[in-house]
Amino acid sequence: MAELSYRDAVAHGIAQEMRRDPQLVMLGEDIAGAGGVFKTTVGLLDQFGPDRVRDTPISEQAILGAAMGAAMTGVPVIAEIMFSDFLAVCFDIVANEMAKSRYMTGGQMSVPVVVRTANGGGSRFGAQHSQSVENWCMMIPGLKVVAPSTPSDVVGLLAASIRDPDPVVFFEHKSLMASKGEVPDGEVIDELGKAKIVREGSDATIVALAYMVPRALEAADRLAEDGIDAEVIDLRTLVPLDTNAILTSVTKTSRAFTVEENPRLCGWGAEIASIVAHEAFWDLDGPVVRITTPHIPLPAAEALEDMAIPSVDRIVTTVKENLD
Amino acid sequence: MFDPELMDYANRDPRLPEPVDQGNADLGIDLEQRLDLYERQQVLRQFEKRAYDMFLQNLVKGTSHLSLGMEAVSAGFGAAMRQDDYTFATYRGHAHTLSRGVPLGPVMAELLGRENGLLKGKGGSMHLTSVEHGMMGSYAIIGAHLTMANGAAWSSQIRGTDQVTVCFFGDGTTNIGAFHEALNFAVIWDLPVVFVCENNLYMEYTPIDLITAVPNPAADRASAYGLPRIIVDGNDADAVYMTALDVIAKARSGRGPSLVEAVTYREQGHSRADPGKYRPKDEVAAWKARDPIPMYHQRLLKLGASEGDLASIQQDVARRVDEATEFAKAGRHPGEEHLMSDVWADGGSAWRN
Ligand SMILES: Cc1ncc(C[n+]2csc(CCOP(=O)(O)OP(=O)(O)O)c2C)c(N)n1
Ligand SMILES: [Mg+2]
Repeated sequence: MAELSYRDAVAHGIAQEMRRDPQLVMLGEDIAGAGGVFKTTVGLLDQFGPDRVRDTPISEQAILGAAMGAAMTGVPVIAEIMFSDFLAVCFDIVANEMAKSRYMTGGQMSVPVVVRTANGGGSRFGAQHSQSVENWCMMIPGLKVVAPSTPSDVVGLLAASIRDPDPVVFFEHKSLMASKGEVPDGEVIDELGKAKIVREGSDATIVALAYMVPRALEAADRLAEDGIDAEVIDLRTLVPLDTNAILTSVTKTSRAFTVEENPRLCGWGAEIASIVAHEAFWDLDGPVVRITTPHIPLPAAEALEDMAIPSVDRIVTTVKENLD
Repeated sequence: MFDPELMDYANRDPRLPEPVDQGNADLGIDLEQRLDLYERQQVLRQFEKRAYDMFLQNLVKGTSHLSLGMEAVSAGFGAAMRQDDYTFATYRGHAHTLSRGVPLGPVMAELLGRENGLLKGKGGSMHLTSVEHGMMGSYAIIGAHLTMANGAAWSSQIRGTDQVTVCFFGDGTTNIGAFHEALNFAVIWDLPVVFVCENNLYMEYTPIDLITAVPNPAADRASAYGLPRIIVDGNDADAVYMTALDVIAKARSGRGPSLVEAVTYREQGHSRADPGKYRPKDEVAAWKARDPIPMYHQRLLKLGASEGDLASIQQDVARRVDEATEFAKAGRHPGEEHLMSDVWADGGSAWRN
C-alpha cells in the first residue's frame, strides 16, 4: 500500500496500463512536456517517450478524431480533453461517432478509446471551466461513463476503462486532485458497473458520485450524531449503472437521496429517482429526493459557487427535513 | 446584403468544365490498367443507376447520395490503393465502398435495409463500412472523418506498417473547422494520409464559390498548411489515377500528407429528394457532355481497345449488378434480434444490471 494523491493516481494508473500494453498511446494538449494542466500526466513522457505520450495543438476534434481512427484500426488510445466543458467543442466525435460506430456498422467496428477529462466545480473558475457534464455523456447510447472519487478507484477504474473495448468517458474531478488515499501495491484492476457501499446504514440511502461522495460521507457522520444512520453509495460509473446496488440498499433503508453536482434538469439522479420509484416503490417510506446544483450556469465567486454546489450542510438539512 | 439576383442560382453564369486534355495516351498507363479503370467506372455507374431505379420503385427508403458523374475519382484512387490501405468517405460513399472491392450484393442489400446488408440494415446508405476491405466508414456529419483519417494513419505509423489512409470529402467540407484542424494535425505529425476533396461545385444546394473565400476551396488552402497545390481533372480517370499513385507513394514512403482537389460534377441532385433545379441548365449540359465514362470509352478505343472488349466489360458488370439486385431483394427484413444488438463489444446493449 502506498498513499497517493488523486492527481498522482491518474499517472500511476496510466503508467500501469502503458507498461502492460506497449501499443497503448495517449494524446492531448500540454500532457507530455508539461505533464498536464492538472499535473495528472507528470512523468509519463519520461517513462514512455514522445511517440506514446504526445502533445497536440488546440484542436479538440482532431484529438478525438485521431483517437478514434487509431482505435478502430487496432491501437488503443487515451485522449485527454483538458476541461470537460470543452467536450462541447468535439461532441460530434463523442456523441455521433465513437458512440455509434459499432451499432451502425452492424458490429464491425470497435473503438477502444478512453476520453479523460477534468470535470466539476469548486475551483472558482466560473461557468465555462467548472461544469459537471457527466450527464451529457450518460444520455448517449454507446458511451460508458466513469467518475471515480478516490485514488485507488482512479487507478482501478482507469485500468478497467482502458481494457474495455468500448468508448469510455472518464471524468476526473478537479476538486479531488489533492485528496489522498491508499492504493494497493502491484497491478490494480477494477470493474466498470459496480457501485460501492462506502458507508453502511439503515435509515436512508444517499447515492453520490465523484466530489459529492466525500461530502455525502461527511454529511452521514453528522447525521449519525442526530441518530440518523445513512448508507452512502459511491456510484463510480453511470454507464453501466449498478441499479442492483441502489435497489438493494433502498429496500433496506426505505428512503433514497441523490447528491448531484450537475445542474438540476436531466441530472443522473433523475434517472435513478425514476428507477427507484418504478422498481422499489412499495419499499419506499417517502419520496425520492434529489439534492443538486440549481439549474443555473455556475458562478465564479467563492461565496456564490459554494451556495450552488450541494454542501455538507445542505445534504444534512435536506435529509433531516425529509426524514422528520 | 441580400442580393436576389445572386440568390437565383439557376440563372447565374454557368461554371463550365475547363478545356479537356484528351492526350493522356503517354501517361505510361498500360491498356490492361486502363481496362481495369474502365471496369471500375462501369461498376460504380451501373450500380448507382440501379440503386436509383430502386428508389423509384420505393424499394430504397430514406435518403441516398449518388456519385453519378463523379466516378473517375473513386475509380482512380481505388485502383491506386493497396489492399490494406484505409478509406474514409462521406455519406456520398457508395462508389468509394465499391471501389475497395466490397461485394455489390451486400451493399445493395444495405440500401434496401435488409438483413443480408453490409451493416445488417443498421447503417444504411450513408454509413457503408467494410473493415475487412479497409473501408473504414462513411460518415454523415461533415468534417469529423477527416480527423479520424489522421488517427488511422497515426495507427499505421505506430504499428510500423506502411499503410496509407485516403479520405474523401466534398468542397463544402473545406469550410468547417475540422478540415483545418485535420490538415494542420496531419502535417505536424507527418501522417501517411491523403485528403481528397471532390469539388463538385456545390455544397448541398449552394454554389461553393459564393460561400468560399478562395476560388479553389481545397487547393487554395493547401499553402496555409505548407502543402503543395494539387488540382486534378476529376472527370478523367487516368489523371486521377496518376495523381493518386503519386500522393500515395509520397505518403507510403514517409514523406507526409497531401491534399488533392479533384474538380468534377454530380450529374444529379444532392440527394434522392433533390431535383437539382438550382443549377444553370447549360452548366449541367456542359458537364454531362464531359461525363467521365463515355469520354474514357472513346479514349480506350483510340488506344486500341475494341468495341467488343468494352461491350463485354459492360455486360459482365450488368450481370453482376443484376445478381446484386436479386441478392438484395431476396434478403429478409432484419428481425427483432438485431434491434438491441451491437451497442457494446459483448454484442448487447445493456446499460444497467
Ligand atoms: C456538420 C454538418 N452540417 C450540415 C450537414 C448537412 N449537409 C449534408 S451534405 C451537405 C453538403 C456537403 O457538401 P460537400 O462537402 O460539397 O459534399 P457533396 O455533398 O457535394 O459531396 C450538407 C450541408 C451535415 N451533414 N453536417
Ligand atoms: Mg460538393
